[in-house]
Amino acid sequence: MSRYVATRAIRGANQIYVEADQMLKKAIAEMGADKEVAFPNTAYYLPVILGLTGRQVSKLGDLAQALEDARSLLHPVPGEKVWLPYLGETLDCGVSTLISAETIEAIRFAYGTEPQKIIWDGSYMPTSSFTSPDAQATSGKRLNGPIDDIQLRSWGIQLVDGRMPGFCAIVGCAKSNEVAVQIVRELQQRSILVFLCGNVNGRSIIHQLMEEGVEMGYDTYIIPFGTDTLSAIYPIGFATRSGLTFGGLKPGQARENLVYNKARVFAFVLALGEVDDLKYAAAAGAINYGFPTVADTVIPQILPTGVTSYEHVISMPFDDIEGKDDLERATKLVQRGLEVRGVKIKITEVPIPVPYGSAFEGERVRKADMRIEFGGKNSRCFEYLHMADYDSVEDGKITIVGPGFDTAPVEGAMDMGIVVEVAGRKMQEDFEPVLERQIHYFINGASGIQHIGQRDITWIRVSKAAAEKGFGLEHFGKILHARFHADFGAIVDKVQVTIYTDKAQMEAWLAKARAAYEKRNRRLADMTDTSVEEFYSCTLCQSFAPNHVCVVSPERLGLCGAYNWLDCKASHQINPTGPNQPIKKGACEDASLGTYTGVNEFVRTASHQAVQDVSMYSIMVNPMTACGCFECIAMVIPEANGVMVVSREDPSMTPAGMTFSTLAGVAGGGLQTPGVMGHGKYYLLSKKYLSADGGFKRVVWMSSFLKESMKEELDAVAEREGDPGLIDKIADERNATDVEGLLPYLEEKGHPALAMPPLF
Amino acid sequence: MTEPQKRTCDPAVEQLLRIAREDGVQLAWDRWEAQQPQCGFGQLGLCCRNCNQGPCRIDPFGEGAQLGVCGANADTIVARHFARMCAVGASAHSDHGRGMALTLLAAAEGHAPDYTIKDPRKLLEVATLLSIPTKDREVKDIAKDVASRALAEFGQQTGELTYVSRAPKKRQELWRKFGVSPRGIDREVVELLHRTHVGNDQWFESILTASIRTALADGWGGSMFSTDITDILFGSPVPLKAKANMGALSTDQVNIVVHGHEPTLSEMILVAVNDPELIAYAKTKGATGINLTGLCCTANETLMRQGVATIGNFLSQELAITTGAVDAMVVDIQCIMQALGPLSDRYHTKLITTSPKVHIEGVTHVEFEEEHALEIAKQIVKMGVDAFPNRRRVFIPNETCDMVAGFSHEYINYALGGMYRGSFRPLNDAIISGRLRGAAGVVGCNNVNDCQDESHVEIVKELIKNDVLVVMTGCSAQACGKFNLLSPEGAKFAGPGLREICETVGIPPALHLGSCVDNTRILTVLSQMATEGGLGDDISDLPGAGFAPEWMSEKAISIGSYFAGSGVYTIMGGRSPIEGGKNCVRFLSETLEERLGGKLEFIVDRGEQVDKALKHIDAKRAALGLPVYDPKRFGASGDSTMIKVLDHKDEETFNLYSAKVG
Repeated sequence: MSRYVATRAIRGANQIYVEADQMLKKAIAEMGADKEVAFPNTAYYLPVILGLTGRQVSKLGDLAQALEDARSLLHPVPGEKVWLPYLGETLDCGVSTLISAETIEAIRFAYGTEPQKIIWDGSYMPTSSFTSPDAQATSGKRLNGPIDDIQLRSWGIQLVDGRMPGFCAIVGCAKSNEVAVQIVRELQQRSILVFLCGNVNGRSIIHQLMEEGVEMGYDTYIIPFGTDTLSAIYPIGFATRSGLTFGGLKPGQARENLVYNKARVFAFVLALGEVDDLKYAAAAGAINYGFPTVADTVIPQILPTGVTSYEHVISMPFDDIEGKDDLERATKLVQRGLEVRGVKIKITEVPIPVPYGSAFEGERVRKADMRIEFGGKNSRCFEYLHMADYDSVEDGKITIVGPGFDTAPVEGAMDMGIVVEVAGRKMQEDFEPVLERQIHYFINGASGIQHIGQRDITWIRVSKAAAEKGFGLEHFGKILHARFHADFGAIVDKVQVTIYTDKAQMEAWLAKARAAYEKRNRRLADMTDTSVEEFYSCTLCQSFAPNHVCVVSPERLGLCGAYNWLDCKASHQINPTGPNQPIKKGACEDASLGTYTGVNEFVRTASHQAVQDVSMYSIMVNPMTACGCFECIAMVIPEANGVMVVSREDPSMTPAGMTFSTLAGVAGGGLQTPGVMGHGKYYLLSKKYLSADGGFKRVVWMSSFLKESMKEELDAVAEREGDPGLIDKIADERNATDVEGLLPYLEEKGHPALAMPPLF
Repeated sequence: MTEPQKRTCDPAVEQLLRIAREDGVQLAWDRWEAQQPQCGFGQLGLCCRNCNQGPCRIDPFGEGAQLGVCGANADTIVARHFARMCAVGASAHSDHGRGMALTLLAAAEGHAPDYTIKDPRKLLEVATLLSIPTKDREVKDIAKDVASRALAEFGQQTGELTYVSRAPKKRQELWRKFGVSPRGIDREVVELLHRTHVGNDQWFESILTASIRTALADGWGGSMFSTDITDILFGSPVPLKAKANMGALSTDQVNIVVHGHEPTLSEMILVAVNDPELIAYAKTKGATGINLTGLCCTANETLMRQGVATIGNFLSQELAITTGAVDAMVVDIQCIMQALGPLSDRYHTKLITTSPKVHIEGVTHVEFEEEHALEIAKQIVKMGVDAFPNRRRVFIPNETCDMVAGFSHEYINYALGGMYRGSFRPLNDAIISGRLRGAAGVVGCNNVNDCQDESHVEIVKELIKNDVLVVMTGCSAQACGKFNLLSPEGAKFAGPGLREICETVGIPPALHLGSCVDNTRILTVLSQMATEGGLGDDISDLPGAGFAPEWMSEKAISIGSYFAGSGVYTIMGGRSPIEGGKNCVRFLSETLEERLGGKLEFIVDRGEQVDKALKHIDAKRAALGLPVYDPKRFGASGDSTMIKVLDHKDEETFNLYSAKVG
């Protein structure tokens, strides 16, 4: 701290406490103490209050206790002379501020005024990917409010594998719109989540980005929380839940949670424009989490380390930053923030005329904004990657066979085939599909380019803006060449790309590609757990869930859905000492449960003895643990003699009496809980799905999202299980959200689980 | 006669020395002059009168007798003297600790109704350290067990003191390896005295080793219990503002001065001076109220917890009386000059001894009993009030300084991160980065051989200028309190890195940790720093040093020895009492360092003391692989730029986006 900062932060904390206290009294008078308060779609109540104090606030009346905590953490401002120490006191006031702020936001939810409504007729493009998207969100009439558990979990894997190195909470308003956009673009290019809150004299960076037509939402990594400083509580809540979700921490383990964040969550605050008392107070709260603040104005610097890993508070007066113009100054400001938090970022230079970074992966290109599309309803597009003879590949060679799109009609469609030939001493045929799947992410990283699908159902759109900047067909090649080298340099030595728009050649290659797809399908089908000697570990998430180990086998992919056995194998080739290690299966102890001596030994060591034994195919006996990134949770419903499977996307109530979010608390954190298990959704299709417990026929309830999004595959499973109507016999949230509703449904449909041997 | 400004650097004392001269009273300095020349054999530690065949004296020049009657050589005689000093020092602090434990027991058993458990959290913490069950138990039952357990450690005969486990693991192992892990507090003292009997232990090495063990029984035993139990009874200190120096005496209120080392009575006197009846009574005597201040460590105890002003340290005690404003001086134990008796007769001051262990011929004795603590305190305060009308000439020097005191190791932990993030990590980080070059403890007495306070103040100034954070206790802290070094504004004397730390935490560059018995707080801080990580894994790995620049009491020898035995390079200022035994000098320095990583050295020259300490700190930094200390790298934190920019706030060109103004 400094005495100036301490004085202002402590003053801010006291003020916001008084405000919260008065607001709560008024709210209780108007709505009653029993009025429900909650953030949407979270199992963590009010997450900061839950995480730090353990209080489960669900009613207005509960907030009184929380505010009492806030009050007990307040201190007087330091004196003008012979002041008493203030660092610890200011940090406490920071925590107090967070509790008060969360209390106020919760009361606003109770009044229905949060998420914040916003009126805007400009070019602001909200994405549909808000928390609980509704008409207001999708039409850009409201801001995001708190991030829900679903999104937190789906980002989990990206946060741990480094694709998303951290988050930056921007509070205030940039010096100009141009600077605002530049700051956000710089962060996006580094795939850093951008959380927006606060204002300076009523004007927020959110307004600035709206005016500049910047697309905001989960998909673009830019989340507009609210235009007042209090909405900064949402990023803090996000951080607190990281500790609860992935760190296996319990509510009320305040110190552990804060230290967890300091060590593992790479976040920092960018304070743009004048800093007022409340912002100082909120920054003091953030420092408790180890999150430093970088300001673009003159404020006192606090450079000693300890509470944060690096400096606490940095002042970089914007006009004093050396740079040829404001854009360069903005870039340097962002760089300093990353340094202060120690965020490690690998930037791949991709030589194309549009910005590039994984934050652009979620960008959409609407029909009206589209220059050209390949694939979709009106044309055909495919992508095919194969390994070739070492000498036949010329690294970096990009060939266009056929016309470019410059002469094609605007908003029109063209056929295209992307053929990638790779060579490398460590390349194996098995890695072809692993690498090919990356094309989707690589191409999507370009701003103004949208990539959907894969193989021969690829659909690519190029926006008018990108085309105007000079984006052409050759740039697909440039992207792929740069990224394959950067990400797969360990197995790929040479990359050559050919783009076919010439109809005859395109069709010829499409036929070759289809033959290869078919061959790969057969190869995958032949690959079983018994046909290989080694499984693979995935301990990527140990940076978040220190005792969790995924065991990935050919017939059971990682619970996040992002890593199958081949992915792990390739990853091990790329980084032999990384998180994916081969596990010698060793002797099979029980073929039905899928227990192996080698697997158990590995898991014991890698889980630091937290997990002793693990069964590959059972939910009942030593089920595999989970970090928190799981796509689905399976849970036994004893009354139905079966299991239910709820997907991350499904916010509804389940027959277990819990929503996905609540269940996730039981399933995650590296704990082994018989009867509950997190898994990847494609595991549902495996012959080994709960095979020790009776297999897929045990599924008595399944989120409709899964049923619909994997319809064909699930029908095939039903066919394989010898019960073609099985999927229809499985209930979902549309016909049963409790056991009482589930059992009659199953009986009426004649679900086979009812006649199976008892689970217990 | 020495000029007053050479006797002291405290401006208040200097003025009062002139008054005393006018009044024709003899003070410590005068008596010291009357003692000149002092015995050269005694100064070197070479005079032995341990048996009735002596005194025997060893000729330091090698010409005369080299052996005593029994055959004891210079090293044996010097070592035995050192051992006896150590034993007496340890017994003083430990007996103080025992007193606190007895008070706690009395309070828990309901025999001392005026005492309560003010810090139950600390009680639980101490109980846990002592493996005393706490779950679902009443506070007073836990307190009783803690007190009994503490008392048992005094009489323990074998094994190890429980608090040994508070030291870093590696330290404990070293103690065991070299046989200095203390077994029982009283046992070590008695055994050490036994060793010094004629014809007993006659090898300097084993005598000095046993001295270290006895000192450790004090530091990690008696004294540590004293600190813990005092905190339990009267509250763990938290920072507070207070006044230092004679100006805190009042011209129109009754001045009660507490002096000595124990808080048990003074805490009650504090209650008594606020008693409305007594205040009303004082008014009937023409006073406007009752003002409590203190001297020496009793003052430090009430300062740390209640913010009671300290009017001076050891050498100030007589001068307080010469102000003519002290109506009652209440003394308990240790460092109370017999001279106060006759001196108080010259003035109107009512001097009252209170401890059954401390009587002064001719001085009123009101024996303190815990059962009637408050009642006795009131009786004593009333005696002061009754003396008020007898005041004659009053001269109170207009000298006070503001200070912030009240740093316990618990608070330092809190200060560095608050309720949730408190730890020693920021302190260790500061040393690791080189923002702090290291840390030092500066403690100890006044010594009439030195200009009062000068060494304390100058050494501390030099250390903080070199970015060494200072922790202080006792008379040394009181000295620095008089010179603004315990005020947060004192950061202006600090080097750039330490100034950043002071501004960040809001602390003074020198932290007052309490009375001399509270040096154990420093041991705890050192242990926590060593276990926090990044600075090795033992106290002896830390870049730090300890000083007792103006020491004079035997307690200081025990303190110095337990710091050295705990791995700290400890420098004692002034004349060396072991100079006559060259092997003793080498043993306490080189041999001790080889075995236990700490050493005890007596160095006269102040500049040399600081130089050697800084070299030691730099060597420890190098051994840890830390960056070479370079103050130029630091100092960019703080409010100054912001304040400079805000000065232009009313101007049209005001621009918060730039620090370039003016």
